[in-house]
Amino acid sequence: MTRLPMRRQPSIWRQLDAASRYIFPVGVLVFGLFLIGMPFGLPGQAALRPVYAMACVFFWSLYRPASLPAPFVATVGLLLDLLGLTPLGMWAVLLLLLQGVTLLSRRRLVAQNFLTVWAVFCLLATVTCGLSWAAQSLLTLRQLPAAPLALQMLFAVGFYPAFAAFFTRAHRGAAAVELA
Amino acid sequence: MLRLSVPFRQAISRLTLPVMFLFSLALMLIGRADQGLTDHLRTGIDDALAPAYELVSGPIAAAEHGTGAIGQLFNLASENAQLRAENASLLQWQSVAMALAAQNNALQSSLHYVPPPAPKFYTGEVVADLGGVYSRSVLVALPDIAKPAGLIGAIAMDGRGIVGRVVEAGERAARVLLITDLNSRVPVALGASGAPALMVGTNGADPSLLYWSPGSPPAEGAMVLTSAVGGAFPPGLPVGIVHYDSQNHPVVLPLANLAALRLLRLFSYPSNLPVLTPIPHAAKAAPRYRKPRA
Repeated sequence: MTRLPMRRQPSIWRQLDAASRYIFPVGVLVFGLFLIGMPFGLPGQAALRPVYAMACVFFWSLYRPASLPAPFVATVGLLLDLLGLTPLGMWAVLLLLLQGVTLLSRRRLVAQNFLTVWAVFCLLATVTCGLSWAAQSLLTLRQLPAAPLALQMLFAVGFYPAFAAFFTRAHRGAAAVELA
Repeated sequence: MLRLSVPFRQAISRLTLPVMFLFSLALMLIGRADQGLTDHLRTGIDDALAPAYELVSGPIAAAEHGTGAIGQLFNLASENAQLRAENASLLQWQSVAMALAAQNNALQSSLHYVPPPAPKFYTGEVVADLGGVYSRSVLVALPDIAKPAGLIGAIAMDGRGIVGRVVEAGERAARVLLITDLNSRVPVALGASGAPALMVGTNGADPSLLYWSPGSPPAEGAMVLTSAVGGAFPPGLPVGIVHYDSQNHPVVLPLANLAALRLLRLFSYPSNLPVLTPIPHAAKAAPRYRKPRA
């Protein structure tokens, strides 16, 4: 193995720092899912969990796609299916779909201002929620009530700015691999 | 670290998403075909998460004194006054209950009544609210002595009424499907006559009543008890009170405080269980053949 003379192997601490920054998005995503499961007794708490996962996948696929590779997204989707009682693999498929669409439109979207990005997320989240409703209706062979679906869409629209504010700070600080 | 050529690495990074997508689709099909796999995975996750949830939920439960909501800390004085009034009226009811219990004992002994076997029960703390958008379930941390195998199908009650049934039980945690879940069906008996009906979860706060006989519609305010029809529930457990949401649409107002569950008792009725109770983990015993001796 030949090494270029100018390149130095970074110290172990710097490597650890870079690794912790690299896994920050996934860590926060999984920890958030865990936190939303706690019995606070808030209304609509269950509807918030997929919305949070969608916001995470959208934001990090848009601004830091290297930190959220597809296998992690699939694992998070499976976790979401196992925590809530949705059919196994459904949210994995939907989150990967969301990630795929986000990555395809990334070039154009990343230069836009916040309002445009928010609008695009609202659109994507609405479609994803609708797909989840359709898939569950299909898999359980009955028409599920639409009221929780509407609540979920409202949550997606309303909570994204709060999530995005937190993620943006993390994007510049705790998750910035290039600052390690 | 593997050293790969640049085009090969690019190809891999481009293929990851489609491959994972196909993998998830395949998993969805497998999960649809084999429900046991999903249950197995879910039990594993629940078992792994239960200690973590217990660790975090403990301080919260301590802060709210086990009452179910942090907001109640702010109206302690009015709550105290209300509790004193309630206590006074409950003392009256206590004497009534004691008199009735004595009368009941006398009647039972004169009829040579054989009491049903007392169920075993475990008390568990609700550590997580793991429902989905279309499902209502909670995670209960089990005490060490609980035997998980017999716990599937056990009936969960809080202090006042039926909460749901155990659908999955691992080593450390059990998942209780609430009576408000879309898949919940509880055969019930209405009022003093014990007219049969079915309580069906609607994903909302109050499950609705179906299949009551049109000749004797459920009366507003009638008591709803479980019925032994189908063998899944023992008879006579308190469920709730009949209320009419709109004309011809009776619902049950559950006695249990489903919005803020803290402690649940899980009753397992071994004699009632085998009938109509899905037990996903029961291993099918392979038939054994003995070779005929020559």
